[in-house]
Amino acid sequence: MDTERIRKDFPILSRTMSDKPLVYLDNGATTLKPQPVIDAVVNYYTYLGANAHRGDYEMSAQVDAAYEGCRKKVADYLHATSSKEIIFNSGSSEGLNQVALMVCQQLLKPGDVILSDESEHASSILPWMQAAKQKGCKIEYIPLDEEGKITVENFKKAVHENVKVVCLAQVSNVLGFEAPVKEIAKIAHQNDMLVVVDGAQSTPHIDIDVQDLDVDFFVFSAHKMCGPTGVGVLYGKKALLDKLEPIYYGGESNARFNSCGDLILKETPLKYESGTQPIEGVLGLGAAIDYIQAIGKEAIHAYELELKSYFVQKVKELKTIHLYNENAQSGICTFNVFDQGQMIPAQDVASFLNTKGIAVRSGTHCAKMLVDVLKVSGTCRASFYFYNKKEEIDQLVAALQEATLENCINIFF
Amino acid sequence: MSEIDPNLLRDIIMDHYQYPRNHELTKEEGYHSRHMASDSCIDDITVQAKFNGNRIEDVRFDGEACTISTASTSIMSELVKGKTKEEAMEIIQNYFAMVDQKEYDEDLLEEAVAFQNVGKQANRINCATIGWKALRDMIKESEGQ
Repeated sequence: MDTERIRKDFPILSRTMSDKPLVYLDNGATTLKPQPVIDAVVNYYTYLGANAHRGDYEMSAQVDAAYEGCRKKVADYLHATSSKEIIFNSGSSEGLNQVALMVCQQLLKPGDVILSDESEHASSILPWMQAAKQKGCKIEYIPLDEEGKITVENFKKAVHENVKVVCLAQVSNVLGFEAPVKEIAKIAHQNDMLVVVDGAQSTPHIDIDVQDLDVDFFVFSAHKMCGPTGVGVLYGKKALLDKLEPIYYGGESNARFNSCGDLILKETPLKYESGTQPIEGVLGLGAAIDYIQAIGKEAIHAYELELKSYFVQKVKELKTIHLYNENAQSGICTFNVFDQGQMIPAQDVASFLNTKGIAVRSGTHCAKMLVDVLKVSGTCRASFYFYNKKEEIDQLVAALQEATLENCINIFF
Repeated sequence: MSEIDPNLLRDIIMDHYQYPRNHELTKEEGYHSRHMASDSCIDDITVQAKFNGNRIEDVRFDGEACTISTASTSIMSELVKGKTKEEAMEIIQNYFAMVDQKEYDEDLLEEAVAFQNVGKQANRINCATIGWKALRDMIKESEGQ
């Protein structure tokens, strides 16, 4: 990985934070944007300009070509059978809400069960909790193993005849473990279940093949993979998307309607894209895919694991740091810092790191049920991406060694 | 802003974090109670207050909290005990003014002046005020507001 060359593509890396060079290690929350992505967004505003699918003039046709070109790019990126299986939306959270509402309202019956687990992000579990309530369905949880992982064995135990859906994150945003999605999907389909996968934390880092995984629905967000905020993708198998009715209605998704209430929707995927979409966001996502593909997911993932193992080796020697996910094969490192045997609240550690120019996340990371599994009120999370370098990990570890309770409070003076 | 030795102020916060005062909830009757859960961090505390007429007889708290919210709530609990509601509201208003870097009467705040610079870490202002807001709400509630 030619990190030095790559870093030149990210203009934001030249800024400072707390008057120190920026060390950005919160890539699980969002990622920084390279110049080609910024250029694609700006080009829409300075040149392309028109709406999509609406005008009979050159500008509009250019937008259509660029927009639909990105749909094809996403289809290839996910190894979908066709770009008709790609729906643009505002991101993973919207995608998961769309699926939960459509599936609960249109496919499930009262008493049916949706399987989740206690490591899920709020965006993966809350849409089902709320949609299930309205329909009289139930949520059940796959028990996690002692490390907080989802295993095929535990999934099998949780399956019974009333379970109709399983929804889980391919990679947990707190612990970074990869769930055995392919094996789970196989068993799920043998039991007539639908498989819904939150790819927010996996899509930026590992190759995704929705056909090989054989998932029914898959979502991801552009901003976690160097793309713009406010845009993401819902992948669905064509047959399911054709069968389901959208949650939203409005302009562009319909073909014909009249005052008698007759409505003819457009074909999949456009029936799911009511109203003007974040066009510049979609174009930025296309540029992000190009950028990531040029580096290669395999190289990206291998490099992230190298960074993680570098961090693990360094903190292993330190008695003051407790790492919760040493074995997770991702760039996510979740830990707490101790001072004389007493845990320093994660937020105090994160604020201390801020004074060193280092950005990490603290708290429950939106996975509020996981605190019961880890038996700790909150954690610090450092999450690496391909533009991070070992020197930054050295800075993180040096700062963590300085992070005593006294120094964490000293930042206020 | 006062020229108090920062080491002294830091020691006040350390002391109240490590040995928080009034750090136990009660099941006794006659207490108002407020559960305060921050939406942005782990802070999740419950504050209880007992009023005797116009006077604050007792304040207690417990929960999961960072150094700043634990210490600031602990200091608040000591500061307002035995005061009238009006006196407490004046202290609370001055404390919020201090946190917002506005003019305040530091004589009213005693040990709470330790948080005069909490705004240096903008995202921690919520930690320094979460327990104080709970008491303010309970005073207002007791007044039927």
